[in-house]
Amino acid sequence: MRLHEFQAKEVFADAGLPTPDAALATSVDEVVARADEIGYPVAVKAQVHVGGRGKAGGIKIASDADEAREAAESILGMDLKGYTVEKVLVEGAVDFVNELYVGVTMDRGEGKPVAMVSTKGGVNIEEVAEETPEAIAREHIDPAFGMHPYQARKAVYDAGVPSEVARDVSGVLQTLYRLWEENDASDAEINPLMITGDDEVVAADAVLNIDEDALFRHPDLAEMEDEAAGDELEAKANEYGFDYVRLDGNVGIIGNGAGLVMTTLDLVDYYGGKPANFLDIGGGAKAERVTNALDMVFSDENVDAVVFNIFGGITRGDEVAKGINTALEAFDEIPKRVVVRLAGTNAAEGREILNDELVTVEETLEGAVKRAVEYADEEADQ
Amino acid sequence: MSAFVDEDTRVVVQGITGGEGRFHTEQMVEYGTNVVAGAVPGKGGQEVDGIPVYDTVDQAVREEDADASVIFVPPAFAGDAIFEALDTDLDLAVAITEGIPTQDMAKVYKRLGEVDTRLIGPNCPGIITPGEAKLGILPGNIFEAGNVGLVSRSGTLTYQVVDSLTNRGIGQTTAIGIGGDPIIGTDFIDALDAFENDPDTDAIVMCGEIGGEDEEEAAAFIANHMDTPVAGFIAGRTAPPGKRMGHAGAIVSGSGTGTAESKINALNDAGVPVGDTPEEVADNIENLL
Repeated sequence: MRLHEFQAKEVFADAGLPTPDAALATSVDEVVARADEIGYPVAVKAQVHVGGRGKAGGIKIASDADEAREAAESILGMDLKGYTVEKVLVEGAVDFVNELYVGVTMDRGEGKPVAMVSTKGGVNIEEVAEETPEAIAREHIDPAFGMHPYQARKAVYDAGVPSEVARDVSGVLQTLYRLWEENDASDAEINPLMITGDDEVVAADAVLNIDEDALFRHPDLAEMEDEAAGDELEAKANEYGFDYVRLDGNVGIIGNGAGLVMTTLDLVDYYGGKPANFLDIGGGAKAERVTNALDMVFSDENVDAVVFNIFGGITRGDEVAKGINTALEAFDEIPKRVVVRLAGTNAAEGREILNDELVTVEETLEGAVKRAVEYADEEADQ
Repeated sequence: MSAFVDEDTRVVVQGITGGEGRFHTEQMVEYGTNVVAGAVPGKGGQEVDGIPVYDTVDQAVREEDADASVIFVPPAFAGDAIFEALDTDLDLAVAITEGIPTQDMAKVYKRLGEVDTRLIGPNCPGIITPGEAKLGILPGNIFEAGNVGLVSRSGTLTYQVVDSLTNRGIGQTTAIGIGGDPIIGTDFIDALDAFENDPDTDAIVMCGEIGGEDEEEAAAFIANHMDTPVAGFIAGRTAPPGKRMGHAGAIVSGSGTGTAESKINALNDAGVPVGDTPEEVADNIENLL
């Protein structure tokens, strides 16, 4: 789960990291009022979950009230890579002489947290990592002990941070690691960490992503989840408890197990179709879950046909088939054609049970996908 | 053969009194797995289907000589349950639980380096040596004893490929689901190495998916250390960057690491044919045998 910049900065400030004076605003007048209070110049920053906000026009500097109004008018309500900007952060602009990068993330290859420092802050750190990996100092942390102070110093000096601020920057890194750990973060980043002419350090931006699997022990953070920020269908999937990702094709896909659903998507593509979504209904296939899954996929207006691929492992195919029948019988009219493929335990019995007035039954995965792509093409041509 | 488990493996089920634990214990016993005990704090002295339950894993080891555990414990407590298995010096722990916080797993991973216990999972279907034993939730009836080893990050995808193999009369030595999380115990290389050293395994199926660099590392291992032929499959070719495709580990990062393309190329370079469809994987295995 990704926090907004203003939320991340609250967490950072609570942990004792230096952040600029800032306030959240949702209207033009509010922006100007907050900017007046903070004092000019200010930065007006769109609060949406997209990277590269600055380049896309989502961040503007204002040196007086007129400019603040102008900035607010252009940013509030703008469309930023598909997201409408409803909130902006008004923040005291920092007069900096240097920009650093500091971050903590999980290095999955090593199975360990890694702290990173670079003097190439203020730009896309992934590009830095790609082009000049030596410009990022990395220090792996033993998760059982946490970060030793020397490790923070080592990363800071290895990165070539000027000695006047090295002590403060290593303090920032230690605090960042602690908050990363305490909040079960997957990533905590400050980019840029600004260095002012008086050698002050200020976190001018803040990234904090939380491990969704750990939200159960952070109810305060869970509350920050911004339902409206995501896709409407993705929010609905959340409610139903499905793993769902919306894509831009027209073949709806429902299946059980992440790997098999991904494979079904790949096969749709392989046979010339375009997947509309990833939807994993998980183990079993009780009628209610099947109904909810179909509801999800039918609610996507891009969907022209649906492929339903269930590998019955422990769950028997005949039970799955009954679930599918019950779910489909509840619809007055089935909006799009559904192709079902059942495999595994009692699959043959399951295929017998499936009501072929409601669905097209295919025996193989390949056959089902081809059929669904064909149906989707026919529907799209009409 | 087999890698890691056989009919002599003495299993303790952690979380045996829960719904999942109870159901799958029944299934495991029915398959022939030698389940000797359960371990659930506060439930010591009870029985599940005649299997004695102990309060701790340590008691199960002392009383019943258990040497492997299967973990069906909810995510909030699963990290602790894995530690208990590791610290009790079992030979093998299989963690089925999905949704364990990654930082808990980082601590477990560190511990793994200090003990001799092998961990499979978490977030995995488990391991099966057809005809001998299964530790986990894999549907036993689709497997058949034979000469192909299988290692996979995904459960149902494994079943799909196994089904194709079994339908062609190709049986399996052992199938290992290593799990879909970012931090796991046994990885591709561990499993490939075990199959390479198993005289009964004549060919191997390796099913990977997007995210991380494990498949690339496995490809290098195959090129440098293996004679047994491998057929590959990679799920997630059509996954967009930045979206988690169900598994916590299945995500192509913004910088482009973890793509299907990179994995397929690495495997091809190591001489591993990568099927476009699960059926093609079975075709490739037929050709390799």
